[in-house]
Amino acid sequence: MTLNLVNVVVVALLSAAAVLALVRMWIGPYTPDRIVATDTLAVIATAAIVVCAMLFDSPFYLDVALLYGVLAFVGVVALARVIEAKQS
Amino acid sequence: MSIIGDVFLIIGAVFCFLGALGLLRMPDVYNRIQAGTKAVTLGSLSLLIGVGLHHPDWWAKLLIVGIFILLTNPIGSSSLARAFQHAGVIAWKKERSES
Repeated sequence: MTLNLVNVVVVALLSAAAVLALVRMWIGPYTPDRIVATDTLAVIATAAIVVCAMLFDSPFYLDVALLYGVLAFVGVVALARVIEAKQS
Repeated sequence: MSIIGDVFLIIGAVFCFLGALGLLRMPDVYNRIQAGTKAVTLGSLSLLIGVGLHHPDWWAKLLIVGIFILLTNPIGSSSLARAFQHAGVIAWKKERSES
């Protein structure tokens, strides 16, 4: 695995995006901010796993990305249901 | 083909970064949903197109992942926003200065 300049820039930008989402999750004033940060971080992580598939030159990471996306979506919808049910 | 794939990869990574930056800088949870969903969805799809231009034989799985992101990410954030509104999260208003 050899990284050229484009790969380094892409990995650095995705890492910075993940760090910013984690900062929002850390300092978020209320619970909804943290849930939104978790949602965004899950999508960023899915894209980062696809980039990992390209960097490691192995198509099995695409299955990992799809499964991660499915689980993150189920988690987000379940959290929304919990918030909606707790109020009523 | 490889250069176009590199351009798509850079665009996708920049959009993901800007979405996360908007998540940090927006004043309200609804604005944060908006920034974090739209920009990151576009960035993820652009990253998938870039990877698909680098490895054209992976197009089926990349198409499935792309369609999945395109379908589920707006649904998830929309249901989150509706749940926040039902739970009584108040939207942010810009305060006016009387000067």
